Amino acid sequence: MNFDPRYSGRNFTSVGTRPIRPDGVDKVTGRARYGADFNMAGQLVGRVLRSPHAHATIRKIDTSKAEKLPGVKAVITAADLPDLTDGDAAMYDILDNCMARTKALYDGHAVAAVAAVDARTARQALKLIVVDYEVLPHVTDVDEAMKHHAPLINDAIFTEGLEEKPVKPSNVTKRSQFGHGDVHQGFGHADFVVERSFKTEQTHQGYIEPHACVASVSSDGTADLWVCTQGHFVYRQHCAQLLGMEASKLRVTSSEIGGGFGGKTHVWAEPVALALSRKAGRPVKLVMTRDEVFRASGPTSATSIDIRIGARKDGTITAAEATLRYSCGPYAGSWAEIGAMTAFACYKLDNVKTVGYEVLVNRPKTAAYRAPSAPMAAFAVESAVDELAKEIGMDPVEFRIRNAAQEGTRSSYGPVYGPIGIGPTLEAARSHPHMKAPLGPNQGRGMACGFWFNFGGQTCTDLNIGMDGSVSLAVGTVDVGGSRASLSLVAAEELGIAYEHVKAIVADTSSLGYNDMTDGSRGTFSSSMATISAARNAIKILRERAAQMWDISVDDVVWEKGHAVARGEKHGNLGKLSLKEIAAASGKTGGPIAGHSELVADGAGVSFATHICDIEVDPETGATRVIRYTVVQDAGKAVHPTYVEGQYQGGAAQGIGWALNEEYIYGKDGRLQNPGFLDYRIPVCSDLPMIDTQILEIPNPNHPYGVRGVGETSIVPPLAAIANAVSNAAGVRMTHIPMSPPRILAAIEAERGG
Amino acid sequence: MRYIRPLSIEDAVGQLAGSAGTAAILAGGSDLLVRMKGGFVEPDLIVDIKSIAGLSEIRETAEGFSIGAAVPCAVLGESAALKKAWPGVVEAAKLIGSKQVQGRCTITGNLCNASPAADSVPALVAAGARASIVGPGGRRTIAVASVPTGPGKTSLAKGEIIEAILLDKRAPRSGDAYLRFIPRTEMDIAVVSAGVNLTLDEHGVIKAARVALGAAAPTVLLVEEAAEALIGRKLDEAALERLAKVCFGACRPIDDKRGTIEFRRKVAGVLARRAATSAYARAGGK
Repeated sequence: MNFDPRYSGRNFTSVGTRPIRPDGVDKVTGRARYGADFNMAGQLVGRVLRSPHAHATIRKIDTSKAEKLPGVKAVITAADLPDLTDGDAAMYDILDNCMARTKALYDGHAVAAVAAVDARTARQALKLIVVDYEVLPHVTDVDEAMKHHAPLINDAIFTEGLEEKPVKPSNVTKRSQFGHGDVHQGFGHADFVVERSFKTEQTHQGYIEPHACVASVSSDGTADLWVCTQGHFVYRQHCAQLLGMEASKLRVTSSEIGGGFGGKTHVWAEPVALALSRKAGRPVKLVMTRDEVFRASGPTSATSIDIRIGARKDGTITAAEATLRYSCGPYAGSWAEIGAMTAFACYKLDNVKTVGYEVLVNRPKTAAYRAPSAPMAAFAVESAVDELAKEIGMDPVEFRIRNAAQEGTRSSYGPVYGPIGIGPTLEAARSHPHMKAPLGPNQGRGMACGFWFNFGGQTCTDLNIGMDGSVSLAVGTVDVGGSRASLSLVAAEELGIAYEHVKAIVADTSSLGYNDMTDGSRGTFSSSMATISAARNAIKILRERAAQMWDISVDDVVWEKGHAVARGEKHGNLGKLSLKEIAAASGKTGGPIAGHSELVADGAGVSFATHICDIEVDPETGATRVIRYTVVQDAGKAVHPTYVEGQYQGGAAQGIGWALNEEYIYGKDGRLQNPGFLDYRIPVCSDLPMIDTQILEIPNPNHPYGVRGVGETSIVPPLAAIANAVSNAAGVRMTHIPMSPPRILAAIEAERGG
Repeated sequence: MRYIRPLSIEDAVGQLAGSAGTAAILAGGSDLLVRMKGGFVEPDLIVDIKSIAGLSEIRETAEGFSIGAAVPCAVLGESAALKKAWPGVVEAAKLIGSKQVQGRCTITGNLCNASPAADSVPALVAAGARASIVGPGGRRTIAVASVPTGPGKTSLAKGEIIEAILLDKRAPRSGDAYLRFIPRTEMDIAVVSAGVNLTLDEHGVIKAARVALGAAAPTVLLVEEAAEALIGRKLDEAALERLAKVCFGACRPIDDKRGTIEFRRKVAGVLARRAATSAYARAGGK
């Protein structure tokens, strides 16, 4: 089946409209089933015992008392999850993170788990488990962890990517480098150079729904898992591998998802729930508390970044350099590497060099958070870019336009760009009314740009046409942001039928081929490509069936607006056959009609955005208020514009929280002090203005409709845009995120010399 | 765990006094239920006081107001007379938690929870409010400021219940105000706060003042020196500066996840100044 994914520049009937979401009614009435809403007869309650220490050797775990407590049906430790990873280091880290094996590596690290008849018994049982810890020195700060005297988290780690092989172990797992040209020479041509260091604190995705699952392992070795996840196929693979099962014996069904943002791309509780169920012989439901979600799921990195940028008087950047240190938690990652790739991606640079260091700390394992690693790098770069524009005496938008990457630019991370949206978003921002809105006292305006790669990946869909002509679409990418509506629009568009006749579902892992998870802004991009392909395959069959019904050659049948049409003079007297009519006759023309598609969705178009915001700062308290916020972003093609706007607004809202108040606060004892929404301050509704959006559509040449991913880029510019606005309002450059009131007030006082 | 819902205060006191293990009083539950769900407390006995006659009423008496221990904060805002007399107390009560929380929580509960950051407490202390307590030994009335003795600790003896908070009848030309600092707009805990209560003479000179600071020490602080800085003056810039300075100095805050010592001291002064300005205007001062 030759599928041509190239952009075709067609006119749209369904795509680009804004129908009501198909999952809306169930969600607002409470009927929708989220992770914790699945239940089974005989189900037990699973609870996890977690380390109170940031770093400790586990000498011994005595579970005997807990096992004897009436109502306890299973107690497990790492011994119940034997190492089956067979030298796969990444899988071993996942296993160790699910259940600590020899050392507890952070406050909240799982060390044992119980399954009991009710929550009260399970909680009591946890108190009866005796863990003998030898507490070790710990380190939670990314800069401290890099120092030579820092406590070593894993003495088997030697820094990769150094020119000389290191002789001593280190908390730095990897050094990576990107760029081209000669920065030394470039800085020699600069009239102005800005050099600054920045820090960002660790944040959590803050999804409202905690991790939740029900695991049921049968005595025949097969199992079912109902779970809230961004990728049930990946969960199946990981769980099957960790438990020593064949993937096909484990059926994973994804629930509705109350937010993921990258945080539900990893297994934590699921292998534990399966191991408990296997041992107890009964289904086990495991729901993490909010405290557990903060302490023991996967927040983003804390970072420390140095930036140096030089430019000529005319505003041309001559050289740009960044050193980025990202915390990974206690396991190796590639977070700084992604930061180093994205840092200068918006700009056309002759001389650029970025270096990333992956740093181990005694904090939970870093996981993806919406355009992972990019917002911090953008914060540092875009702050320095703003400062440089100011030094040169140029308008910050003009300065960015002058240096913006274009089609044909070699990106700072390597590839040469195709058609891209950075220039157009900047120009749209320049002429946006927001730029001319008057500012009041103590108010400042800031703007910043952001980039994200976007991903494609393995995808498949089934499109089944019912006897009544209605269409069911089974996809394998979890719907985290409205993709069932968008994919229904795409199926309707391709088939030429009404949106109302298409119903999309997310199929379980036994009903559909493998799909990568919904991450990298790939859900709508890749599943729409597979849907178009599946629809085209179905159309081919529809044409064949029409040809059969007419008894003419299929070559004389074309598909137009939901109908088979006979072409050619000799067929001029044949009326059109609708999809419904062909479907109704399918029992007599060869059986059910369906279209399938299995593909790797290549060519996810890169995405750019420019944000503008106005912030008011109370100079006496450091309090901030977001007055106005505008997002301009390239969507390629907005399939369902309301969802696209929602993605833009959501990313901005999360970025606002990150920029102003959200942070993991660790005590000297290495324990997390704010594992709850009271003191981990995500914005509440009244903290945010209406976030204005502008969708640009610069078609992605590698997608039939020109679609680009839109989910992640919107969180990249806010940290910087807000920092620039606060800096302008307060009259002092802010270099530490979050810009909480105490930090802002201290900066203002320091500037005053107070 | 045993849950009871007594109909008389005497019965409630008797049950509490006679209980063997840990006991907790339940009014709105906005502290207790959260702490129970979090696994921080597991009381053996819960005494729900919402069915006790009179405890859900605000009464206006010859002496002033009596606010029953089970009156939700939202109801305070619906009492026009109370709002007119003690706007600072009402605005403090209406800052606790969120709209939904205010439908349940009470100022008596806020007081007995004994958090240094309780919103209604500095306003009540500035207002000179008293707590009417019923216990095995009968009734007694003490200053609200004497109830909390440290974070999470009160001076109430076993079996004692606060049945009402008492506020005086208002003297003419009086006004009060409460302000707190939070990093967000709502749903938050005071980083530091200030309550100011003023009475003016007919020339706009302050003749009585009470200034209280919250989240600035282990318990609410009544800052006598701050009142002295205001009494006998109009609220001019010099008086405000002096007030801010005194409040800055009076704080004994801590560094914690919500703010630094330095930040709390500075902002205490700023809030005291702003609250004084508001209270002065409410008292009719110009």
